[in-house]
Amino acid sequence: MFKMLDGNTSAVEAMKLARVKVIAAYPITPQSTISEKLSEIVANGEMDAKYIRVESEHTAMSACIGAALTGSRAGTATSSNGLALMNEMIVAASGIRAPIVMPVVNRAIATPWSLWCEHMDTMSQRDLGWMQFFTQNCQDVLDYTIAAYKIAENKDIMTPAMVCLDGFFLSHSMQKIDVPAQEKVDEFLPEYELTNSYLNPEDPMFVSNVVGMNDYTEVKYQQKYAMDNAFGVIENVFDEFEKQFGRKLNIIEEYKTEDADVVLVCMGSMTGTVKYVVDIMREQGKKVGMIKIVVFRPFPYKYIYEVLKDKKVIGVFDRNSCLGGQYPPVCTEVIAAMKGADADIRDYVGGLGGRDVNPANIEKIFNELLDIYNGSSDKHTNWIDLKENPMDSREVFKYV
Amino acid sequence: MQKQQEKHTKQLKKCRVLGPVATKFTGGNTGSWRLERPVVDFDACIKCGTCAMYCPTDVIEIDKNAKECVKIDYYYCKGCGICAKECPKKCISIVPERSEE
Amino acid sequence: MYEIIKDSKGTLNHGISACAGCGMELLARCVFDVLGQDIIIVIPPGCAALLTGMGTESGIKAAGMMCNLENTASTCSGIRASLDAQGNDHTTVVGFAGDGGTLDIGLQSLSGMIERGDKVLYICYDNEAYMNTGIQSSSATPFLASTTTQPAGKPTVKKDLIGIAMAHEIPYAATASLHNIADLKKKIQKAKDTDGPSLLHVLIPCPTGWRSDPADTITLARAAVNTGVWVLYEYEDGEVTVNYKPKELKPIEEYISLQGRFKKVTDEEKKEMQKIVKKSYERKIAKLEK
Repeated sequence: MFKMLDGNTSAVEAMKLARVKVIAAYPITPQSTISEKLSEIVANGEMDAKYIRVESEHTAMSACIGAALTGSRAGTATSSNGLALMNEMIVAASGIRAPIVMPVVNRAIATPWSLWCEHMDTMSQRDLGWMQFFTQNCQDVLDYTIAAYKIAENKDIMTPAMVCLDGFFLSHSMQKIDVPAQEKVDEFLPEYELTNSYLNPEDPMFVSNVVGMNDYTEVKYQQKYAMDNAFGVIENVFDEFEKQFGRKLNIIEEYKTEDADVVLVCMGSMTGTVKYVVDIMREQGKKVGMIKIVVFRPFPYKYIYEVLKDKKVIGVFDRNSCLGGQYPPVCTEVIAAMKGADADIRDYVGGLGGRDVNPANIEKIFNELLDIYNGSSDKHTNWIDLKENPMDSREVFKYV
Repeated sequence: MQKQQEKHTKQLKKCRVLGPVATKFTGGNTGSWRLERPVVDFDACIKCGTCAMYCPTDVIEIDKNAKECVKIDYYYCKGCGICAKECPKKCISIVPERSEE
Repeated sequence: MYEIIKDSKGTLNHGISACAGCGMELLARCVFDVLGQDIIIVIPPGCAALLTGMGTESGIKAAGMMCNLENTASTCSGIRASLDAQGNDHTTVVGFAGDGGTLDIGLQSLSGMIERGDKVLYICYDNEAYMNTGIQSSSATPFLASTTTQPAGKPTVKKDLIGIAMAHEIPYAATASLHNIADLKKKIQKAKDTDGPSLLHVLIPCPTGWRSDPADTITLARAAVNTGVWVLYEYEDGEVTVNYKPKELKPIEEYISLQGRFKKVTDEEKKEMQKIVKKSYERKIAKLEK
């Protein structure tokens, strides 16, 4: 059935269709409508679940871990500072192997205070044992969330997942969404069943006690093993998803890369803009292409390498400032993926704090990359949309 | 209903569990920490059970019919001395470990 | 299911690596005794984590988990909601945390749990400092007690946990002391039977942190009540019952002289301390019996 939904409501629909049994959510802009909508449909009986009106995101994740271990599919959603506050429990959830799926509405973390889109919140959590799916549109939000439950709960994976959607660009923009029927989702996603560790007085065990130096490495390795082997499961689940719902899900999506001279790698809602620019530049005879990374954790090294192995010039767009690092995270990963290949890889940072990633900037990036490819210029503007004189953006009167 | 039946047919089986989990119920030989040990004067004991009630390690048992009416499991007893202190008859003495008395 | 390597009389193994004379260990045994096997226990890192063993070994043969320091109550809330969602109304969800995990870093989480009315039994074993971490001050450390972060003695009095819970109109809250095991067990049972959140605040003498003789653990618990340092009372459906009032308060000396943490307290300070304890006791009784 087609519905007009924004990204947040798509996430809610997905959680409802996944029959989430315990919800613990705390409102934060731009995630708030997820917690509102969830509480509403639980209250009016549309969704059969317990809603815990928690007093913080830290508690939200704590409650989800408790609920997940006690045999209920648990759900929460957050954003920005909320995710930062959750940080400690993010590590706990993955370490304890609680297969929680959480939509994260991407927003910059204060300070500077900003309500708007940036990937800093989820990027700061990227190495903590969660899978991360970055979505391009509201249909993606619904589809990848439903698929994420099946991947996360796979008994060999048992790893939580974040489904990332860009704040406001997706969370608050209405799009036409194909919402699958409950029966179709029930066929695809089995009932939540506890097969790993659990809290059950009839079959008791003690979960998450101290692990000594003698086997901490091995327990941690189990998580790495799950990440390393997740792609097999992800591929299968995506195939099943396509059979069941008729929509193809991708680990990475290529767009006109085959004969491209230069390729831009990006994630999230900006990929729509990039596709648009690629089309225009192709009409001008410029051979540009794009890769959209959907699964950022685990990082699809092999998939990226396969597509880019013969490319000479590659740009990577990060919606995240990486302070003090040589390259921002997506670029770092692409460079690592392309190890051994003969490619000139350039990092681009932009779209911070909600600034629009507009076609002009994307075109500028492609033109720079093409110049580098042709050898006509080596100009590289890594903060692509930076205004002039940024150091003077605040001038105040002071007693000195 | 189906679930209930499943429960009845479920059997104990060794399963792989990922992540930190403990299912071996055991304890250490905490008696080896002991520097002093409680010794009971059975003749003076009134078998009230105060020592057993307050023992943090729960290793004292009262057997009203036995001559040695207070049994202390020295494998675990840490020698804290609470039993001696709380005994209303003061019939438990604390003696240095490896002494005669 | 637990594989029994060395069995014990109760749910808690006898060979727990808690210090000799540990009051928390005695409390834990009382808790398991009363609550039985149909429980899910949540324990944060701290002294009680010693009960949970290490690696594949546990000292508890019940369903449980170790949470983080500040989220005992929230984890319990999640477990409760999950059990409720499955129609399970018989299993007791119990949080067992120290004073630091309750009164300092865990206060928000506890407040949320009580305010929401989640049916969870929360027990705070209050040994009046971060004992497992090395005797650092917490907000439950009493006036003038010396700790590793306040070696000259804490200049402020301890936080009133049950007072905070009462301000939430919690269905059941009580203080308890180890010297009166019957009263303690009765309160654990009452808390378990409460339809809603319940809170027990138990003063736990700690030989290591209080620098007292391990044999004095019960003596100290008794002295705390007799000197007015610790008041035994219950808050039930909005009504307070003071369980025990000493006919006459014993001098504070009987309590503090047994503890190394008050060794540096001068005679002058002792007088001030006596005054504060007496005043606070009288004020508390007056308020509770109002």
